[in-house]
Formats: sequence, structure tokens, C-alpha cells
Amino acid sequence: MSATLADPAPSRLRLGLRAATIAVVIALAAMPLLNRLPVDSAFHVSDFLVSITGKWICYAILALAIDLAWGYAGLLSLGHGAFFALGGYAIGMHLMRLIGPRGSYGHPVLPDFMVFLGYTELPFFWWGFQSFPYALFMALFIPGLLAGIVGFLAFRSRITGVYFSIITQAMTYALMLAFFRNDMGLGGNNGFTDFKELLGQPLNTALARSSLFYAALLSLVGVYFLCAYITRSKLGRVLIAIRDAESRVRFLGYSVTQAKLFVFVLSGMIAGLAGALYVPLVGIINPGEFAPTNSIEAVIWVAVGGRGTLIGAALGAFSVNAIKTWLTSVAPDLWLFALGGLFVAVTLLLPRGLLGLVRKGDR
Amino acid sequence: MKGNQLYLDGVTVMFDGFRALNNLSIIVEPGEMRAVIGPNGAGKTTMMDVITGKTRPTKGTVRFGDHDLTRMDEAAIANLGIGRKFQKPTVFDALTVFENLELALKAPRGPFACLRWALGGAARSRIEQVQDEIGLTARAGDRAAILSHGQRQWLEIGMLLMQDPQLLLVDEPVAGMTDQETEHTAALLRRIAGERSVVVVEHDLEFVRALGQKVTVLHEGTMLSEGAIDHVQNDPRVIEVYLGR
Ligand SMILES: Nc1ncnc2c1ncn2[C@@H]1O[C@H](COP(=O)(O)OP(=O)(O)O)[C@@H](O)[C@H]1O
Ligand SMILES: [Mg+2]
Repeated sequence: MSATLADPAPSRLRLGLRAATIAVVIALAAMPLLNRLPVDSAFHVSDFLVSITGKWICYAILALAIDLAWGYAGLLSLGHGAFFALGGYAIGMHLMRLIGPRGSYGHPVLPDFMVFLGYTELPFFWWGFQSFPYALFMALFIPGLLAGIVGFLAFRSRITGVYFSIITQAMTYALMLAFFRNDMGLGGNNGFTDFKELLGQPLNTALARSSLFYAALLSLVGVYFLCAYITRSKLGRVLIAIRDAESRVRFLGYSVTQAKLFVFVLSGMIAGLAGALYVPLVGIINPGEFAPTNSIEAVIWVAVGGRGTLIGAALGAFSVNAIKTWLTSVAPDLWLFALGGLFVAVTLLLPRGLLGLVRKGDR
Repeated sequence: MKGNQLYLDGVTVMFDGFRALNNLSIIVEPGEMRAVIGPNGAGKTTMMDVITGKTRPTKGTVRFGDHDLTRMDEAAIANLGIGRKFQKPTVFDALTVFENLELALKAPRGPFACLRWALGGAARSRIEQVQDEIGLTARAGDRAAILSHGQRQWLEIGMLLMQDPQLLLVDEPVAGMTDQETEHTAALLRRIAGERSVVVVEHDLEFVRALGQKVTVLHEGTMLSEGAIDHVQNDPRVIEVYLGR
């Protein structure tokens, strides 16, 4: 018999996993509809549950981005929260411009915080953000550009492992400090909020909320297939090879720098998309999103779910956040300890995460 | 096709004042197979590091045909047709035997080319042919992690073959092998040498005798003796280095 390639005959476990995944996606898709049922119906899903699930879907997209870089190419970024936040800020700028004269100061163009700070005209980097396609483009382009610059400098100098992690962590920390400053022209520590509308729809309606939910869900499915396409291609195998024996890959004639740059830029853009979907859903973006702990938490989701498996990354984002939501309501002080404990437990007991329990044959 | 000559002249590599290579000169003609022997620490691996761009020489000339190897990076040197097998076998554990060979196969190396790559019939039969040559056909779908030590060495030699290099550098291929595996490896190397130049580093003299090729003896970073195995084995300086302690 000739050799198998990346796609071995699916085992029963794999098929079961696939079926479970499809069932979960269908259940998620049903949530906004079930939300319309009368409140006393047994199948009614509360507003709270729909809105928090929408957030988790965005987190799952961020987890896929991290998994692509870390689980496959071995690039442990502790700064992906920055790409997420930048994507969120880009859409936030669009939402701010759409407020128009409805702000407290009633200025036709300038957002409230600019009027308050004495701006007389729109700073140049705000130009164009009244256009949705432009803002969406920037939500992908700016994170991709940042990932490209940081990645190029790091990969070209062959900075790997923990040094790379520290650089990415420093990146998000520096951006957090910068975004806290009022003179950045991006709302300082209050960030952006009080959004009114998007694509001609008022944001406070049920229709807008479910549309945003479906946009996030469709993006999650799309990003999953994109990541699956990459990881199943020969490039995916090159990335795994880089993760496990980087210098050997060089001696085979591959440019490790190019391969890493490709995956890191793409990963940054996916994280930016996640942030862009997140901000209209939650109605606020501020520099707190750049906090280093956010990035670390996101890495823990992936570790818990199972790095190097795409489904695992998404699963980790949902399950850790479900625990977080529950725990912060019953014992808020315990959350950080629980998160740390979870990470240690997973590292020691389940090095391949929750999905490692199911998928033994994976790499 | 006329291959390139490997030319090292006056190569010195210093590590913190320590000379790992000391004014080393070696010429390997196209199609030649050369054994390099020497005690541990003689600088054999460092010599390969210099040829493959892993280490820059402090001083000296390293050329492959018209190409100045001291100015090129690892990937560029590999694409020039210089393949290397490491002392410690390095294959990709998470990938199958077939996938390891597929990665080594000569094909466009850029990220986008890899993304679009589809395994054609010619590529598949080439991989299967090499799989056969290294005796791993039955293990094609197994991950490299579960191969035996000897099989990993052969897989790495197979990856070299996939690259179809003009010059093969093989570092201690039989270290840790059983006698039977050693014989098999010597036969494999003789068979694949063909038109290529091959440099085999080894300190197992019996293995070198089995290869039956010209031998260079390295000691403390310089060439001590060169010639047929019987000649170098009777060279008093070699006897002193190998037996004098
Ligand atoms: N990166 C390095 N830094 C410092 N010393 C090194 C380095 N690489 C090799 N050496 C030293 O150079 C000498 C030659 O090493 P090596 O080429 O590995 O010898 P061989 O392969 O012949 O056993 C040894 O003494 C080794 O300790
Ligand atoms: Mg050595």
C-alpha cells in the first residue's frame, strides 16, 4: 500500500468529534432565534447568554489565530491581545465617526473626546474611517503590518522561544501605555463607547445584535476552514517541521524567516478580525484590551483546549471563558488563582489539552 | 552535468580564542567520495558547519565551484545542491516517513508555493523509490518518532537523496548502530554516491575501510594525513594521535 498523507482515514473518534463540532455550530446558530421565544418558554435563551456567547465566539477566533502561530509554527506570542485590540480600535474609530452630531457636544464631525480636548479638526489618521470597508480593511491591515514588522525584526535575527514571547509581551505593554495617553488622539483611557449605529442599523436593536452574532459565527467557521486549509497543506507540514527542528528546515533549503513571517502576519490579521467583530458586540473598546494579562489568558485557552488542534483552540476559548464567567460571579477573587491553577494542571496532566484526550494520533 | 569542486583553503574557526579549525585546506573533486576521520574534538563537525553556512570561518576561503559559501546562508547553500546529514539524527518526529521525504523533495520552497503544492504522480513515485532505497517502504505511514535509531539515520539519508544534492555531507552515520546496520549503511552510501561528491565523517576505522575511499585525517583542526586507508593507518603521526595515548 502506498503512503498515507496528512489525511489518514478518519477514525470513529474523529468522526464523532466532527459530528459534535457540527452540532455545536448548529446550536450556536440557533441561539439568537431561541432568544426570540417568549421568556417563559423552556427553550428561551436569555439576552445575557446570547451576548456573552457572541463574545466567546470572538475569543474562539482569537484562539485559532494563536494556535496557528503557536500550535503549528511554535511561535508563542504573548502579545496577540494587541492585534485583537488594534482590530477593535479600527472598527471603534468607524463607530465613533458614525455618531456624528449625536454626541454630547453635538459637533458634526469630531467625537466628544476630541471636542473636550480642544481639537479643532480631525487628525489625519482618522481620515477615511467614516467608510466601513476602509475601517474593516484597516482592522486587518494594521495588525498585519505590526505583526510583519515585529516578526521581520525577530525572525531575521533568529530570535526564538522565550525571547520572542518576551518581545511580543513588551509590544502589547508598550501599546497599552501609548493608548492610555490622551495625545494619541484615540480617546485616552476612556477609549471609545456610546456607539449609535453600524451599516445604517441602530446598534441597540435585537436585529443588530443577532446580525453581529451571526457575523462572528460565520467568521469563526470561515477562519476555521482557512486555518485547516493551511495546516493541511505542505506549508502546514513545513510549519510543524520548523516548530520541532528549525535549523534542520534551513538545511533543507527553506526560508524559515519567510514561513514564520507568513504565518505570524496572517495570525495577527485573524486576531484583528476577532477584535473588529468583538467591539460592536460589547459596545466599548479601551486601552485595557492591550493589558498583557489578556494575551496570556488567550494563550491559556489554547493550552487548555489543545494546541496544535484547531478544534481544541476554539474549545479552549469557550470552556475557559465559561468557567471564568461562572467563577467571577460566585467568587471573583478566585479567578486569577483558578486560571493559574488550570494552566499548571493542564501543562502537567494534559500536555495536549482537552482534545489530547480524544485525538491521540495528532501531532 | 559537470559538478562543482569543494575547495577549502586556510580555513580557521576560533571559538573564544580556541581554534576549532586551524588553517585547514581540503579539496573534494566532483564525484569523489571522501572519508574524514579524526578523534573526538578534531573539528570534523565544525568543518561541516563551515561548509553549510552554520558557522562563519574566522579566516580562509570556502568555495563550491564559483560560489563563495562564506557569504551565503544555510537555505541558499542547501539550494545550491549541498545536503547535510547531522551527527545527531534530525528528522521531523511529528511527520510520517513519507511526509519527511516529501518536505525534502526538490520543489519550490516559498510559503505560497508550499501552500498550493499538490503531490503529483512523478513526485510520489520519486518518494516511493527513495523510501524503497532506504528500506522504509513498510514504515511509510509511521511517524518518524517511533522509528529505531538506525531507521532514523536512513530516513535522514533518504531526505538527502530527495534533495538530489551535488555534494552530500554525512556526519558520523553509523555512530550507535549495530554491526549489521553499519554494513547496511556503508552499502547504502556506496550505492547513492554515484555521480555526487560525498564527504563522510567517521571515527570508526572499520567503517571507513568498508567504504574503501580516500581518507583525510583531521587532528586539532588541521589535516594530519591524507591518502588510502592503508597509507594513513601506517603514517607514524596518525599512529601517534590514535594510539599514542
Ligand atoms: N559553538 C562552539 N563554541 C565553542 N566551541 C565549540 C563550538 N563548536 C565546537 N566547538 C569546539 O570545537 C572543537 C571541535 O569540535 P567538533 O567540530 O564538534 O569536533 P568533532 O566533530 O571532530 O568531534 C571541540 O573542542 C569543540 O568543543
Ligand atoms: Mg562531530
